[in-house]
Amino acid sequence: MSTKLSNAQIAWRAAQDIADGAYVNLGIGFPEMVAKFQPPGRQAIFHTENGVLNFGEAPPSGEEDWDLINAGKKAITLKPGAAFFHHADSFGMVRGGHLDVAILGTYEVAENGDLANWSTGPKGVPAVGGAMDLVHGAKRVAVVTDHVTKDGKPKLVKRCTLPLTGVGCVTRVYSSLAVIDIEDGRFVLREKLASMRVEELQAVTGAELVLPDVIGDLVAPEVS
Amino acid sequence: MDKTVPDLAAAVAGIEDGMVLMVGGFGGSGAPIELIHALIDRFKATGSPKNLTVVNNNAGNGRIGIAAMIDAGMVAKMVCSFPRSADPRAFTEKYLAGEIGLELVPQGTLAERIRAGGAGIPAFYTPASFGTDVAKGKPVAEFDGKSYVQERWLKADAALIKAELADTMGNLTYRKAARNFSPLMAAAAKLTIVQATKIVAPGEIDPEQVVTPGIFVNRVVEVANASQEEALMRDGVAYA
Repeated sequence: MSTKLSNAQIAWRAAQDIADGAYVNLGIGFPEMVAKFQPPGRQAIFHTENGVLNFGEAPPSGEEDWDLINAGKKAITLKPGAAFFHHADSFGMVRGGHLDVAILGTYEVAENGDLANWSTGPKGVPAVGGAMDLVHGAKRVAVVTDHVTKDGKPKLVKRCTLPLTGVGCVTRVYSSLAVIDIEDGRFVLREKLASMRVEELQAVTGAELVLPDVIGDLVAPEVS
Repeated sequence: MDKTVPDLAAAVAGIEDGMVLMVGGFGGSGAPIELIHALIDRFKATGSPKNLTVVNNNAGNGRIGIAAMIDAGMVAKMVCSFPRSADPRAFTEKYLAGEIGLELVPQGTLAERIRAGGAGIPAFYTPASFGTDVAKGKPVAEFDGKSYVQERWLKADAALIKAELADTMGNLTYRKAARNFSPLMAAAAKLTIVQATKIVAPGEIDPEQVVTPGIFVNRVVEVANASQEEALMRDGVAYA
């Protein structure tokens, strides 16, 4: 048994919580994988900041229409019932509370719900894109992430040290080791890998885990 | 009333040194490549326009479009949300050398500032960026128990826009996701210049389908086989 979930498995787990008919924005990169793992019988409607609702998978190579792209500038296709709109309407959907779920990647997420996912510091060219808007307005703002950095440091922390994307905005974390809700400024452990003891999980988490009576097993099929 | 102009050079006339120039598009989708290149041609011939402040979501890709304007030395400052791309050399090199300015604006705030500019709303409050470095120095206020950041309108001297259909009165439609910032910019600029894939007579666009009404448009030029930035990138084209 593997000691942590792969990115695809984290994305699979996040997808299980998306209801049929939900309006969803997936951040560029890793979070985009969530769309692949919608449970049978459910269809979410995906939103992209540059003005499309209900887009589908990438077209086959050679069949791209470069006027039809997503926020990551990748070619997309449309599903029946798609809609185009301009950028102000698009972010009105975001800030106006019309999205059910936004799922983002992260560098750090803090127990008070603060998110840092746009800048690792003052070096280079700063670029924020739509992240600072996307963390506000959706009914649920979730992050998908490895539980620790490549150096083994906790990504779930007491307070963020990197530049913030938003304050008190994250409601749930899907990590490679656990599913954790953020409630009243605390990390509440909902699921963890069955192979891992709570003490082991706490040791790689940068703030105290609140332990409810029921803690589920985090399980995901072998997906890629 | 006929807003058509005979060629690209006539379309971009009147864009002068130091102006604020909005350029439609999100990455290559909706980028008015021919209008931008016509402006570069004029700069190469006359040395003007230069010291431009350019408003676009991005800051150019490769050696074409906005990146070619930056390369040519026409741009003093970019106002954008994401000054990165597949090939961001043009902006990155000048930025790191301190030769070009950057006003970094969250994407939804950028869109709303432009919308406000076109709609006569001098300022508004948004939750985006509250508590972050981007909000430093901006007024903050609480409404119904939640904190918001004040942002100001953004207006331009001129806008370059790519449309699909235009009628001679300046009513516009767009193609797929190429719409993005363009309807907002068309309204926020004093001089809105449009390249359209096809120009038709008034009445040939169903009024129900008009996305940008002609009141926001000053000039229209037909560019039948418009370049797509992404296609030019894949072909390795440099406009220099």
